[in-house]
Amino acid sequence: MYYAQVRPQSVLETGCGETSDAHCPAQQLNSSIQLEADISTQNPVEQILGILALIVINKAGGLIYNRTFGDGLNQLNTNDYLVLAGTFHGVHAITTRLNPGHQPQQITAGGIPSRPDPPSGLEVMESENFRLQCFNTLTGTKFLLFTDTLQANVDVAMRKIYDLYADFVTKNPFYQLEMPIRCDTFDRKLNSYIREVNNAR
Amino acid sequence: MSNLQAPRGGAKEQSGLRYPANGKTIYHRPLNRAKTAELSGASFAYLFSEMVSYASKKIESIQDLEKRLNVQGHPIGLKLLDLLLYREPARSQTRPLNIITLLHFIKINVWQHLFGQAADGLEKSSDPSKPDEYMIIDNEPLVNRYISVPRDMSQLNCAAYVAGIIEGVCDGAAFPARVTAHSVGKQEEGEMWPGRTVFLVKFAPEVMERETFLGKG
Repeated sequence: MYYAQVRPQSVLETGCGETSDAHCPAQQLNSSIQLEADISTQNPVEQILGILALIVINKAGGLIYNRTFGDGLNQLNTNDYLVLAGTFHGVHAITTRLNPGHQPQQITAGGIPSRPDPPSGLEVMESENFRLQCFNTLTGTKFLLFTDTLQANVDVAMRKIYDLYADFVTKNPFYQLEMPIRCDTFDRKLNSYIREVNNAR
Repeated sequence: MSNLQAPRGGAKEQSGLRYPANGKTIYHRPLNRAKTAELSGASFAYLFSEMVSYASKKIESIQDLEKRLNVQGHPIGLKLLDLLLYREPARSQTRPLNIITLLHFIKINVWQHLFGQAADGLEKSSDPSKPDEYMIIDNEPLVNRYISVPRDMSQLNCAAYVAGIIEGVCDGAAFPARVTAHSVGKQEEGEMWPGRTVFLVKFAPEVMERETFLGKG
């Protein structure tokens, strides 16, 4: 798991300076960080709390769902969302290949080397203004959840959102896999769940 | 049908594989003997999703699709009528003889068996010019739980499959009828139940004729 702690401003000034972790592909992250920083609020006086946005990326890197929650969030235009999804997909693919340590060969009792778990790639990215959690399903669909930095139980929320996706998207006969998600029931259930989470804070 | 029931009293010697001593044949038990006797909702959702996809191949119109779903449900209704009546205790084991009994049987017994709860409402059409129309109401049909209908097919309601089952029960009980499913979730009372569905049962003219004749007698 890679845990990239990056301050957007300083990265913009010094390129790769703040990222002391040599394995962090800071150069590649630059473009996506700028885009993502726009999503969270830029007004520190009125910090918007809770879950801010959800993006779903299909296994080819295409954007299939995006939704923001709460008022007063800066919006991206559709094209920027597509760029963000594509860029993140590429960065994620790179981080799955990065490994500073040498992976020891696992030998099972039978002497047959077992296949290691596939590398998870980038899972969490934190900045001053927001926290990005990425969940990669077994089939390669990626769920990106943007929250404020103090949001607790993001794993639980992510799990619940994946449940909703499995129920109301994949069981819908009118949904074609890998295509943009346009399911009223999914929208409705997702909104009511996020509202519940955000109101609890 | 009651002559198929295990003979009661003084028939001990007849008990065997076909007629167990307690009178319960294999038709009285669900295939699934687990304690709760429930089926997996997810499996059904995926199966039904494929049934809808299958029915939507090479269709000309939404009515075509609904008709196909209706046809898929019809034989289930026919068989379900037999099965549920057979499971009734011997003294109430008659097929429904008038419209109200039939619709009540569908609302309570059929719904309970299929969905684990009774239907949410049963109404007669308020329009006096349509005395042959009745409505069975379900606030959230099980078959529609995970389905979002795309905007360009907004008249479609996949509960047409359930309408087919109802039609099968009515036909089997010798009350020929046309049953259609309609979404009413968008109307004012639909705020709470966006998936609210009305099954409109329209009986054939000969049924109404018989009903008035029976009513006079």
